[in-house]
Amino acid sequence: MRPFTYERARSPAEAAAAAARSQGAKFIAGGTNLLDLMKLEIEAPPHLIDVNGLALDTIEATPDGGLRIGALVRNTDLAADGRVRRDYGLLSRALLAGASGQLRNKATTAGNLLQRTRCPYFYDTAQPCNKRQPGSGCGAIGGFSRQHAVVGGSEACIATHPSDMAVAMRALDATVETVKPDGATRSIPIADFHRLPGDTPHIETALAPGELIVAVTLPKPVGGVQLYRKVRDRASYAFALVSVGAIVQPDGSGRVALGGVAHKPWRIEAAEAEMPRGAKAVAAQLLAGANPTPANAFKLPLVERTLGAVLAEAKG
Amino acid sequence: MQNPGDLELTRRGVLMGSAAAVALTTGPFTEPAHAAAKRQEPILSTVSFTVNGKPRRLELDTRTTLLDALRDHLHVTGPKKGCDHGQCGACTVLVAGRRINACLTLAVMHEGDSVTTIEGLGLPDGLHPMQAAFVKHDGYQCGYCTPGQICSAVAVLDEIKAGIPSHASTDLTTPPQATAAELRERMSGNICRCGAYSNIVDAITEVAGRQA
Ligand SMILES: Cc1cc2nc3c(=O)[nH]c(=O)nc-3n(C[C@H](O)[C@H](O)[C@H](O)COP(=O)(O)OP(=O)(O)OC[C@H]3O[C@@H](n4cnc5c(N)ncnc54)[C@H](O)[C@@H]3O)c2cc1C
Ligand code: SF4
Ligand code: FES
Ligand code: FES
Repeated sequence: MRPFTYERARSPAEAAAAAARSQGAKFIAGGTNLLDLMKLEIEAPPHLIDVNGLALDTIEATPDGGLRIGALVRNTDLAADGRVRRDYGLLSRALLAGASGQLRNKATTAGNLLQRTRCPYFYDTAQPCNKRQPGSGCGAIGGFSRQHAVVGGSEACIATHPSDMAVAMRALDATVETVKPDGATRSIPIADFHRLPGDTPHIETALAPGELIVAVTLPKPVGGVQLYRKVRDRASYAFALVSVGAIVQPDGSGRVALGGVAHKPWRIEAAEAEMPRGAKAVAAQLLAGANPTPANAFKLPLVERTLGAVLAEAKG
Repeated sequence: MQNPGDLELTRRGVLMGSAAAVALTTGPFTEPAHAAAKRQEPILSTVSFTVNGKPRRLELDTRTTLLDALRDHLHVTGPKKGCDHGQCGACTVLVAGRRINACLTLAVMHEGDSVTTIEGLGLPDGLHPMQAAFVKHDGYQCGYCTPGQICSAVAVLDEIKAGIPSHASTDLTTPPQATAAELRERMSGNICRCGAYSNIVDAITEVAGRQA
């Protein structure tokens, strides 16, 4: 790990100002992704701003009947919140399908959204990787690509976003609230938050340098049966090969988002019109234009079958 | 930085540093730019927290994880280093009663915290019920993962008592029970290379029954 200076920020304004002062500084929340990457020198911030003292760890009702989730609410506490369990079951389920009890106790709402890919070439500093070192090439294309993206990839990068929580946030139409180093605030719809790789796979989100996430808000509950089904190489404590988050209404309409298939949580609103016609029709639209590798083409039928199982379960 | 363990560490650090320096000076006279960056001085910071009830104050390289602070600086060697990347659970400790991976958190981030390790749960002359149950049910073989398993197991029963759901909970709105399926899922962050899993579940089940 490279040496770094360390400070504890006491307020969002202080954190933002600290970020403005120090080029290349990083916020640290749970640390479960950032420290992992710093040990491998994939991340090497010269300065860390500890945001754990910012008092952004509450979940509050919003005037329009939704919830405002502080950036520092731990994954365990978010999944266990009574309102989330009752009204946003998809979010609880997705969180509980991720990582381990120990990790969820530390992992935060903001950190989870910003966790980086688990592409093995990204993790191995001896390998080419456009995301880690722009212009160096992509080891996964033509390499070991079993876990990689089947839709939305580019010639520069076919990494997936590893978060389970983000899939639920996408289906629930969450909004990410931020403050920039100059104090300006903004709200970013989750659909626009994560980016596709294009030819700049190292730019992963809509955040500007030093921009701090303060909260994630959920609109008022939409009801329905809310399910999250994750398919992985072992029954627990593993990242998704494919995951399906779904909200199914009594009339068969609803929403679907996928994990494990793209550089961002994958949702195409137009595909949801097909829901009453069943999994095959929805999957065909979600995966239109898919460009799998020989090693991950199995994800296409796996998405359709997993979605089929979820829709069947929703019918009861 | 006054006890023998620290000196030893420092010596090892110095040795590694001088090996790198030798390698560099055998090349051309000018160093590559990245070599200078690599030899940056460590940056120190102080932190105070309690470990198993005892107040501790340390001056540490900011890079020191809580796990390394416990093991290498305070010689509290119950927590183990299996992977150093959050993938095995051998380093599990309780911070303010919640289980975490000590390898993925910086010591300086724990100002004012109270840390409990396996040593704080119980010692040979006064075992914690969970420790005694692991002994009774043979919940280990080599024992390397065991301190993490036991810290995790204690927290798991607290989490179930607090009503925190898991991936194995079929209904999110009813209180979870300490069934075998629940315990297996909740303990999945603790890997046992010896495969003592079924005995571990038996040990936890016994303690859960006793508590109920
Ligand atoms: C072994 C292992 C298994 C895992 N399995 C899963 C899994 O199955 N599913 C899954 O979804 N995840 C999994 N994870 C990932 C885990 O969910 C993430 O590491 C965690 O959510 C990151 O949150 P954090 O608070 O620890 O982030 P940190 O490590 O603290 O930060 C991550 C990034 O977010 C930035 N950041 C943090 N807070 C803010 C803020 N408020 N504003 C702006 N930037 C911020 C940091 O600068 C950093 O770049 C796993 C991790 C490990 C180690
Ligand atoms: S898929 Fe993306 S992250 Fe993986 S090696 Fe290629 S560029 Fe890097
Ligand atoms: S040493 Fe911390 S999880 Fe393996
Ligand atoms: S007892 Fe050997 S690793 Fe678990």
